[in-house]
Amino acid sequence: MEASGGIVTPGTDVRQQEKEREEARVAERRGPRRNWVRPVLMWIAVLVIIVFCLFPFYWLVNVSLKTGSDLSQADLIPPSPTLDNYDSIFKNGDFTSALRNSVIVTTITTVLALIVGSFAAYALARLRFPRKFMLLAIILSISTFPPIAIAAPIFKLWTEFGLYDTYIGLILPYLTFALPLAIYILTSFFKEIPKSLEEAALVDGATYFQAFRKVVLPLAAPGLVTAGLLTAFFVWNEFLLAQTLTSSPKAFTVPVSVANFTGSQKFEIPLGTISAASVVITVPLVLAVIIFQKRIVAGMTAGAVKG
Amino acid sequence: MEAATARLGRGGRRKKEKSYGSEERRLATLLLSPAMAVIVLVAAYPIGYAVWLSLTEYSLREPGKWRFAGFDNYTEAFGSTEFWDAVKNTFIFTGISVTLELVIGLGMALAMHSAFKGRGLLRTVVLVPWAVLTVVSAITWRTLFEPNLGLAPTVLDKIGIAGNVVWLGQEGYAMAVMILADVWKTAPFMALLLLAGLQVIPDDVYDAAKVDGATTWQRFQRITLPLLVPAILVALIFRTLDALRIFDLPFVLTGGTNGTSTLSLIAQQELTTNNLIGYGSALSVLTFVVVMAVSFIYIRTVGGNIRSLAED
Repeated sequence: MEASGGIVTPGTDVRQQEKEREEARVAERRGPRRNWVRPVLMWIAVLVIIVFCLFPFYWLVNVSLKTGSDLSQADLIPPSPTLDNYDSIFKNGDFTSALRNSVIVTTITTVLALIVGSFAAYALARLRFPRKFMLLAIILSISTFPPIAIAAPIFKLWTEFGLYDTYIGLILPYLTFALPLAIYILTSFFKEIPKSLEEAALVDGATYFQAFRKVVLPLAAPGLVTAGLLTAFFVWNEFLLAQTLTSSPKAFTVPVSVANFTGSQKFEIPLGTISAASVVITVPLVLAVIIFQKRIVAGMTAGAVKG
Repeated sequence: MEAATARLGRGGRRKKEKSYGSEERRLATLLLSPAMAVIVLVAAYPIGYAVWLSLTEYSLREPGKWRFAGFDNYTEAFGSTEFWDAVKNTFIFTGISVTLELVIGLGMALAMHSAFKGRGLLRTVVLVPWAVLTVVSAITWRTLFEPNLGLAPTVLDKIGIAGNVVWLGQEGYAMAVMILADVWKTAPFMALLLLAGLQVIPDDVYDAAKVDGATTWQRFQRITLPLLVPAILVALIFRTLDALRIFDLPFVLTGGTNGTSTLSLIAQQELTTNNLIGYGSALSVLTFVVVMAVSFIYIRTVGGNIRSLAED
């Protein structure tokens, strides 16, 4: 499917030239004085977008550097910036254990989703069997399930099985929601790999499994990165199930920990430390976005472009 | 596994032609079964179980007391203002935020599409809000609207608008903050989906229009918009599905007070705060029905997409 690969890198050069030609033509029609209007409007639009996207996050960082009376003033730059809030969250055992829990749950879910998902995706992309369309439609519709729909029964079942407030109790439902997305992305990536490569391997005496492992998987590495990133983002971000299925720092994940932060005094809402914790749990994702921008956009648009 | 695939592999190579080889089919079953097992056990079965629970009266506070209640939970929900308020809030939230996201997202997509050098950078910038956790987005907007600390009330107060408003403490205003937080986080996502749609429109269509003397606005109205409709549709439905499930934002911003309770939120609260498994399940099932109705439209819309994946 071209949506995953081709769309992301458009013919920039051609379009660039075309644009310039068009601008020249427009300028010709309007006379030389209007020449600057378009680029200026353009840059204003770009500036607005950048401020809109980045300012709120800047604000959060700003608040995280404030303590005491600074927290009751709306300064754009902290008058007396301090790292005290960061210091205190890393001394807070509940927060650090939430970080550990989130890393563990996210890693395990992502690895499992990629393994189980790539098996399924390989079958869907390569093998011939009936009712494939129906299967894909079911898989995709599972990804639209509201998590609340399974919250009550899982909550009850997990209390009975002793899975309530455990890693496995989170990993299982996360896997269910992550798998459809992973399968969908991987299937479209596998389909792009030319069949002839595998067929050559098979003719040379490789088994299906060897052809899959030695030919398909390395070529599908970008797809695996994309699916892995989106799965990890989903798990790291998930809040409803984590809030419902955990009750102690033993299994709290970062969103639960941050959302239920209380200060040293019960009724004080420590916005400074909450902001610091928020920054800490968001920075890895922002870094991932900067490094893997192309891969992430490819994954986001894989399922949705053509309609 | 190794032995099994080796055997199937030989079979697969022997037959190359049209009919589904039974061994190929067996391998497919083998490869698909772990994924399907997880999906059936942790999605399909629980949903069936949720429907059953919703027909019972069961509270974790009185574990011994259990009775089959028929549709009592549903009658109770339909008779309560809590439920109808949540329905109203969920729909208001979804309607306004998705509309704003479409308009802003389209604007951003068009700006990004107009060829210029910083497009890669802009795409990264635009992904930042998307990468921010929903819970963190809620916290960010909370700090922006907090009475003294917040920039928004301070600035608005200076220019004489909404001077005495405690944003998260008043009905209407609290919803506005919630919508703003959602629009900030997801308009960029919408923009990227629409940008992908814009990039598949062939250039020669525009060339032809330009030769015929069409203005920029005419080109947008007569070419871009109609050709973008499929992408817009998919993005709209996709976002609607997400907005209908909203939980994180009201939980962190207001705890569902001041006219911000949503379906997912009240269902979750009945379950965990009030421990009403039966009633909570009924609310969950109702949420599920609403979302799945939209999901059905979504699957129909992307049907062509699925079909191209399903082709052999």
